[in-house]
Amino acid sequence: MDTESTYSGYSYYSGRSRGSHRHGERSRDRHKSRSKDSRSEKSVTINTPPAEPLLGDSAVRGEQVQDDNWGETTTAVTGTSEHSLSQEDIVRITKDLEDSVGLDCRRYFTRTLAVILGLLVFLTPLAFLVLPHLLWPEKLQSCGTACEGLFISVAFKLLILLLAVWALFFRPARAGLPRVFVFRALLAVLVLLFVVSYWLFYGVRILDSQDENYQGIVQYAVSLVDALLFIHYLAIVLLELRQLQPCFSVCVTRSTDGETRHYNLGQLSIQRAALAIIEHYYCDFPVHNPALLSASKSRAAKHLAGLKVYNVDGPGNNAAAAGLAHSQSRAMIAAAARRRDTSHNELYYEEAEHERRVRKRKARLVVAVEEAFTHIKRMQEEEQKKAPGDVMDPREAAQAIFPSMARALQKYLRTTKQQHCHSMESIQQHLAFCITNNMTPKAFLESYLTPGPTLQYSRDHWLARQWTLISEASVTSGLKDGGVFLLKCVDFSLVVTSKKIPYIQMSEEYIDPKSHKFVLRLQSETSV
Amino acid sequence: MSFVPGQPVTAVVQRIEIQKLRQGNNLILGFSIGGGIDQDPGQNPFSEDKTDKGIYVTRITSGGPADVAGLMMGDKIMQVNGWDMTMVTHDKARKRLTKKNEDVVRLLVTRKSLEEAVKHSMGGYPRP
Repeated sequence: MDTESTYSGYSYYSGRSRGSHRHGERSRDRHKSRSKDSRSEKSVTINTPPAEPLLGDSAVRGEQVQDDNWGETTTAVTGTSEHSLSQEDIVRITKDLEDSVGLDCRRYFTRTLAVILGLLVFLTPLAFLVLPHLLWPEKLQSCGTACEGLFISVAFKLLILLLAVWALFFRPARAGLPRVFVFRALLAVLVLLFVVSYWLFYGVRILDSQDENYQGIVQYAVSLVDALLFIHYLAIVLLELRQLQPCFSVCVTRSTDGETRHYNLGQLSIQRAALAIIEHYYCDFPVHNPALLSASKSRAAKHLAGLKVYNVDGPGNNAAAAGLAHSQSRAMIAAAARRRDTSHNELYYEEAEHERRVRKRKARLVVAVEEAFTHIKRMQEEEQKKAPGDVMDPREAAQAIFPSMARALQKYLRTTKQQHCHSMESIQQHLAFCITNNMTPKAFLESYLTPGPTLQYSRDHWLARQWTLISEASVTSGLKDGGVFLLKCVDFSLVVTSKKIPYIQMSEEYIDPKSHKFVLRLQSETSV
Repeated sequence: MSFVPGQPVTAVVQRIEIQKLRQGNNLILGFSIGGGIDQDPGQNPFSEDKTDKGIYVTRITSGGPADVAGLMMGDKIMQVNGWDMTMVTHDKARKRLTKKNEDVVRLLVTRKSLEEAVKHSMGGYPRP
């Protein structure tokens, strides 16, 4: 019976123009469909008006009709949102716990290695200078003026080296990268080799033979410090300067809503490029709002929901199960293509309606906030001395005017699906901040009207500090033209493609400033 | 020489016949023209009436065929080989004068001095 009514519904819809004798049957069919539950006979929804909500929509509408109550929404963020953030939070916390132990170990290990290397490098020249005095003081020639001059130069060069190393290397670590930083490792190995070779030479030629020429030893120590300064210069060029010249243009797209930005990067390894991109992400991309994606998901569910595949040949054939599944999906696609669905129409009207609603609520909000701001006034210095009663500090002033705009603000945030980004506490804090700094109501509202970058929101919205770099090429290899890699975090991923900036060939053309001559050309003259 | 729309134009003209001179690949006449219905008549230094959009002779190469034939600077060309030149564009005028298959151009030109001369000789226009 079910199947029959379904098919008849289809044929009536397509053959509406033919056969007026079917009128009576059609109205009877409609009656039948409306009395039954519309959700079970989804195929018949073609005949019913499009405004009838499906399962997904009604939940959203129910939320909005609900009584506005601050306490309910601020504490139950995870429960009422469709995205079920609580599950994600748990996953994230466990991942953080697991990985933080391993990463810290690695960080401390590299730090201690760096400190040991640094100490070795600094103490070596001093050791070179001091050891002869300790080991063979009688044999040693006394230090003349030139030699003592060299002492000063060693001292200052060591001081400069100390400051330079502090500036370049001893900065708080920004991130933990998956693989070792190749250039740094190479430089450390180079410095180690260098110092070891100097010690070898010193040990063999000076300590063993107990050289008396102290000036020579001091010059040897000075040459070591000079060479260390040059290695430091090499470190600056390799680590800092090389990637400054832009070489690649990367296009970063967020997978959930398609937000795209373009950045220019120099010659970097993939992991360093990923780090630079993540830092830009936090500043440039508007915050990821999962609540805005629910509409397209429900539409996608509706496209295939109206079709059910029945296996009329019986449950027998297991061998052809794969082929059956394949043909089933093809049949569904064909049926979906043939079905005349009005979802584009629904989308258009829904979006127009939403736009109108948002604008109305925005208007109410702006008026409410402007009115609220007129209730307080900054007190001048002289007035403060005169009337010390009923004076409020910014926080109290914010709390005093907040209730008059709370309702309008909350309704606006609900309509634009931003209510989980802002808690009551954060709004009051922001209001106190705006009042203290003499901002206008428009300045106060700006952070609520447009979704800002992720950094603007509270710490729990920097949802991912744990990013995974997914790449087909090795992450320590450099960026290449046409390379693609992914930066995955818990909720979404960033797809990054890199393109090489083309080589620009510029040529020159000289124009003599005296060659700019003009003549009026209103009457042309032709010679015949 | 002003023209009243709807009325025929009356002028005293001189017939000038110029033989084209072959110079390389071109046949040249040895003068330059200016004016035309698509040009700005106010810039014309030779016309009396500054709304006159006719074709005027602006330069004559001395010793050239036009000079030899007696064309003078400032002449207004009324006809070329029978074709009217009082209501043509500048480019059309150029084309009429530089037809490759014609060796001779017969112009009807008018100038102020011609009218004066006629006036003097007749002692005023003969009116019946």
